[in-house]
Amino acid sequence: MQQIHLAWVDYVILLAYTGFVVGIGFALKRYMKTSADFLMSGRSIPAWVTGLAFISANLGALEVIGMAANGAKYGMMSCHFYWLGAIPAMIFLAVFMMPFYYGSKARSVPEYLKMRFDERVRCLNSISFAVMTMLTSGISMHVLADLLRQLLGWDYNICLWVCSAVVLVYVFKGGLTSAIYTEVLQFFMIVLGFAPVIYLGLKDLGGWSHVKDTLEQVARAPQGLNLATTNFPANAWTGAWSPLRTVAGNPMGVDWFGLTFGLGFVLAFGYWCTNFLVVQRAMAARNMSAARRTPIIAAAPKMFFPILVILPGMLAVALAFTAKDGYHLPTKPIDTAAFAQILPAVKNAAAQASDAETVCRQISPAAGVKFSPERIAALLKEIAAGPVSDEALRQRIQDAAENDYNNVMLSMLKRYCPAGLLGLALTALLASFMSGMAGNVTAFNTIWTYDLYQAYLAPNRGDDHYMWVGRATTVVGILISIACAYIAKQYGNIMDMVQLVFGFVNAPLFATFLLGMFWRRTTGHGAFFGLLGGTLTSALFHGLTLARGNTPGFIKGGWLAHLSGASPTLFPSEMAQNFWLACCAFSVCFLLTAGLSLATRRTKTDQELTGLVYSLTPKQKDSEQAWYLRPAVAGVFLLLVCLVLNLIFW
Amino acid sequence: MGLDIRLPIGIMFTFLGVTLTLYGLLTASSAETYRPSLGINMNLWWGLVLLGFGAVMLVLAGRGRKADASKTGPEDKK
Repeated sequence: MQQIHLAWVDYVILLAYTGFVVGIGFALKRYMKTSADFLMSGRSIPAWVTGLAFISANLGALEVIGMAANGAKYGMMSCHFYWLGAIPAMIFLAVFMMPFYYGSKARSVPEYLKMRFDERVRCLNSISFAVMTMLTSGISMHVLADLLRQLLGWDYNICLWVCSAVVLVYVFKGGLTSAIYTEVLQFFMIVLGFAPVIYLGLKDLGGWSHVKDTLEQVARAPQGLNLATTNFPANAWTGAWSPLRTVAGNPMGVDWFGLTFGLGFVLAFGYWCTNFLVVQRAMAARNMSAARRTPIIAAAPKMFFPILVILPGMLAVALAFTAKDGYHLPTKPIDTAAFAQILPAVKNAAAQASDAETVCRQISPAAGVKFSPERIAALLKEIAAGPVSDEALRQRIQDAAENDYNNVMLSMLKRYCPAGLLGLALTALLASFMSGMAGNVTAFNTIWTYDLYQAYLAPNRGDDHYMWVGRATTVVGILISIACAYIAKQYGNIMDMVQLVFGFVNAPLFATFLLGMFWRRTTGHGAFFGLLGGTLTSALFHGLTLARGNTPGFIKGGWLAHLSGASPTLFPSEMAQNFWLACCAFSVCFLLTAGLSLATRRTKTDQELTGLVYSLTPKQKDSEQAWYLRPAVAGVFLLLVCLVLNLIFW
Repeated sequence: MGLDIRLPIGIMFTFLGVTLTLYGLLTASSAETYRPSLGINMNLWWGLVLLGFGAVMLVLAGRGRKADASKTGPEDKK
């Protein structure tokens, strides 16, 4: 990646932001008196603050970068990660689930599971959550440090330690409140930092209708940009639902059923309704109605976020198609050392007039990336026609490498931001990395202190002791994150690995909560073994299936089938494989939990379950509130707006 | 919680707004700087937007403080 130079004004903006977050930590220090203040913000935050923190906690930098990547790769359909994959689940959380989380006085999601079921379920959930949180936090810090190294030429170790130290200082001082406040700050930074890029991109391309026309041309011949190997109908990049009629009609390779059930139901509800990282924000609200309004307030801006994070990816594709001012999609960097092998191979191939496909297969292992046969073929022809300098050859081979979608957002920032604005956008990115780490660390803090330390290691100590443990865990959590970052640096594919395991654990989770909250007959045995069975089903499903074009292996799947000599069940894309994995794990967990619950005796009486199960809890009275403050009314309204968005971009 | 978040947000964005606006004025004559942003002096314009946003937040924080001082606050725990 080409390095950029920051002007003094960019540094001023970066330093100012860092100064402010540290300052907030110090300003909040005097309010941290008990462990509940530190780990739960004393349940005193207004709804609009928790609401914005609720989106920000999820809108980490990996999400910003990843969604722009999806926008380029899949186009308009990526919006379903928001419209289908977030809004309904957030409203469900607000209307139906929040009364139990908040009303039960549980301090964390695992603690709710303990109240509803038993210690085993809590233990299973809290340990898997703690491990995942630390790994996620470590990986995102690794990405940040690596990004700063590539982009600005800063030292990896210094970036990692300095950013971690900043997070440490403000979380150590202000606890969860610090994390929530900086998340709100980050929300505004992201919105105000990226908006100019969208404006300039749209203006440059001549407006949305022009972008749409260009993307329709792209869909008919995506090979030119190395986006896909087959042609699609014209609406593949610009329609949200219309390309879903057939699996072959869209670059995601999914149909509407897999998408709706897998993403819209299982994965979305599993994430938004059970993940403590986001639910913790709502639990910190100052009262029940604020807690219930949190996801609603979050849902309103959330449904317009595709403009900010997905549109840049789509603009990049349109821009690359018109090749305006020589813009092209970023490609995966090839090691300088690898060229020593690649250059002679390509020259040799040109001399012997080899087939481009063969050449690609030959040079891919050395480069560690795939190549576009079309571009290599053009290059071979050119070399055969006349001598090309090594320097030019290197550049051409680099350009023929597969697209590096994760760099799309940065390439847009670089293209449109003058010094000053660039500092603002980079600070927004840095802010979301740091607040992502802070979010993970505070969630880990609460889980460790309340659900593991207080529950199993040292029960019945004074509150001062737990306050001290909470502070100490902040330090430990950040050190573990740093360790995880170094692991991620060492093993490149650990990121895929973690996402994989995250999927295994996350997919069945919602079945447990759904049955636990809405069916009083669900027992602890049912929940525990159902969850375990669901997770194992994911692993098994993954071992037996494979996305087309992938080689069987531990990361991509299909290794079990490969081992036993059978051919794995093929899916058209990794996305389709993921969605069906989720469907399968959810169904198994649901059936197993329900079956085992019926077969085992109830361990909790109706009385014990009051406030934890829907049918045994008095209904929330929100008729005293103004109508627009009632979660159900506001929820239905937001769903309608979301529906209209879907229809507009059908 | 005791600290009104609108205050730090307001101060920060006012500061960023002033910085960007001033930088925009300083570099207004440099066509080279604004080649990426299609010749528009985005620092100046966007700096003013940030300044406006920061000012609104500060006004809201100020009003919140007045409201807090006048009521005894049955809802506030602290």
